[in-house]
Amino acid sequence: MSTKEAAPRPSTWHRTSRWIRNHLVVAYGLAALFYLFLPIAVVFAFSFNKPAGRQNSTWNQFSLDAWRNICFDPSMCTAVGLSLRIALIATTIATLLGTLIAFALVRHRFRGRALTNLLIFLPMATPEVVLGSSLLALFLNAGLPLGPVTITIAHIMFCISFVVVTVKARLQGMDPRLEEAAGDLYANERQTFRYVTLPLVAPGIAAAALLSFSLSFDDYIITNFNSGSTLTFPMYIWGAALRGIPPQVNVVGSIMFFGSLAIVLVAQLAGRARRKA
Amino acid sequence: MATAGRIEDLHIVRVTKSFGAFTAVDDLTLTIPGGSFFALLGPSGCGKTTTLRMVAGLEEPTAGQILLGDRDITTSRPYQRSINTVFQSYALFPHLDVFENVAFGLRRRGVKGDDVTKQVTSVLELVELASLARRKPGQLSGGQQQRVAVARALVNRPDVLLLDEPLGALDLKLRRQMQIELKRIQSEVGTTFIHVTHDQEEAMTMADTIAVMNAGVIEQMGAPAEMYDLPKTAFVANFLGQSNLVQGQITGQEGDLLVVRVPGGDVRVPVSRSADTTGSLVVGVRPEKLRVANGNEANVNRVRGRVLDVSFIGVSTQYTLETPWDPERPVTCFEQNDEGAPDVKPGDTLELVWEYAYTFGLDGDEDLEAGTQFLGESSTDDEDE
Repeated sequence: MSTKEAAPRPSTWHRTSRWIRNHLVVAYGLAALFYLFLPIAVVFAFSFNKPAGRQNSTWNQFSLDAWRNICFDPSMCTAVGLSLRIALIATTIATLLGTLIAFALVRHRFRGRALTNLLIFLPMATPEVVLGSSLLALFLNAGLPLGPVTITIAHIMFCISFVVVTVKARLQGMDPRLEEAAGDLYANERQTFRYVTLPLVAPGIAAAALLSFSLSFDDYIITNFNSGSTLTFPMYIWGAALRGIPPQVNVVGSIMFFGSLAIVLVAQLAGRARRKA
Repeated sequence: MATAGRIEDLHIVRVTKSFGAFTAVDDLTLTIPGGSFFALLGPSGCGKTTTLRMVAGLEEPTAGQILLGDRDITTSRPYQRSINTVFQSYALFPHLDVFENVAFGLRRRGVKGDDVTKQVTSVLELVELASLARRKPGQLSGGQQQRVAVARALVNRPDVLLLDEPLGALDLKLRRQMQIELKRIQSEVGTTFIHVTHDQEEAMTMADTIAVMNAGVIEQMGAPAEMYDLPKTAFVANFLGQSNLVQGQITGQEGDLLVVRVPGGDVRVPVSRSADTTGSLVVGVRPEKLRVANGNEANVNRVRGRVLDVSFIGVSTQYTLETPWDPERPVTCFEQNDEGAPDVKPGDTLELVWEYAYTFGLDGDEDLEAGTQFLGESSTDDEDE
């Protein structure tokens, strides 16, 4: 600009306030991230602690003991294994059923559709304590022995709602003309689903499955009602908290966190590579 | 597939389509000649998109038949007809690249390997997009997406290509360019094109035959110049270009001219251009046929009025006059500025003249306002039927 010299020098106050204006969003974002990730950082840090007493809550000494010997308490590893198994089965079944329900709700007009929509929403709005105790009453009346099976049934039940909501949102956002275009281009109904609908809804289904998995893996309240003598990982932690949580729990927590982070990163990189190709 | 040499005509026979109590298309009969560039022109909600969707197989007629040649395709599924559509929103598959979008129809029909590559490449060259084959639709401009949509439909060599407001989403300059482009492609491939639009200029520029549709029925059908020269209804007179219309009474005949009494004097209409020879008549003339009188004319129709507005447009000047015809409906005149810009101001009195031969006569019961309410309609409006 030719008039640059003529312009008055901005005062210090002006420069400072402009700097704040320009960086406020970044600062706020960093603060939010800090708030979100601080607890996880603490969990990770304390997985390297060698606790002085039974409680792993004050820093004593750096050690790799917990990482070297994760299954120091074999019942913890059994609990983790069981939780993973339940989460996998519940996720698979809930994702399948929930996806089908979502398609039915979005694509078809049938009697009781509005009611179904409401009923699907209900488990998400109901307090877990109520859900857990009602399920317990149901299982007792049906004479079903409490254990991994009842836990899995309960998990499938509440996961379905989240799957339906997630997949439905994705389906509703899809341009119906894409399926018409596929039909117009010689794809029959089955091919349209295989080559157009499914690839476009897949991200929604994947998100729903991930959500189901974490909901099931960390559920405590409902599980506690319906587990009998079975011990899942969240229940193990709850029990251990009374005696003192071993640092191995922090290790499992850290592995879960970095494991899911790795999955997300790989998916992102794969997606970027595919877009470039 | 089009059998070599002969392109089949498309027959729409007494087709009606109702949605509940609303009749979108009402007893429509239409034959679209094979190999023609046919435009279905009408305002939003006139039933043209519904007609197109029935031809594509995306809607089933409530009554009537659709025939391709002598095959009845009324109830066949979209994938069973050799008819392809260029959708208004293009509907390109966002998860597939340009090449795979275009190859979609070929692959579904079982075309394999090298044949797919060859056909896709040649059609992408036709629409001048060969260099972008590996881009995703999201990375293309509107005009490029539009050409992919055309290529994706054309690669299947359909008997009929349907275009649903294909240029609606493009800006004016690109639209002009694509109009020429589509016209070129049509003459190269020779397929029947059915083009649905509410833009009368677009229809006239591109099509060899236009059918003007209003409220579920065809008002008039013909070559663009013919229809512009001699509209048969007030709707066509007002929707396809503009017209000055006036209500009159036929008082006699002089040779092959009808004498019609209109407020402020008599006008003459050729018998061959009139819907009636007795009783009442709506007389019309296009604005560019009018010119400012210089006093030397003989054997012309005349109208005098007070100038309301003068707008100078360079090549022409547009006058709006209040005349005895109907003070509520000003007369419009586009005067060529071939003798320099004239010195006329609002408030002046002006006499306009035009040749008898340019006058047309419509049925006396016609509504003079029909079709005028759509004049300001934006060309990016969505069809909301």
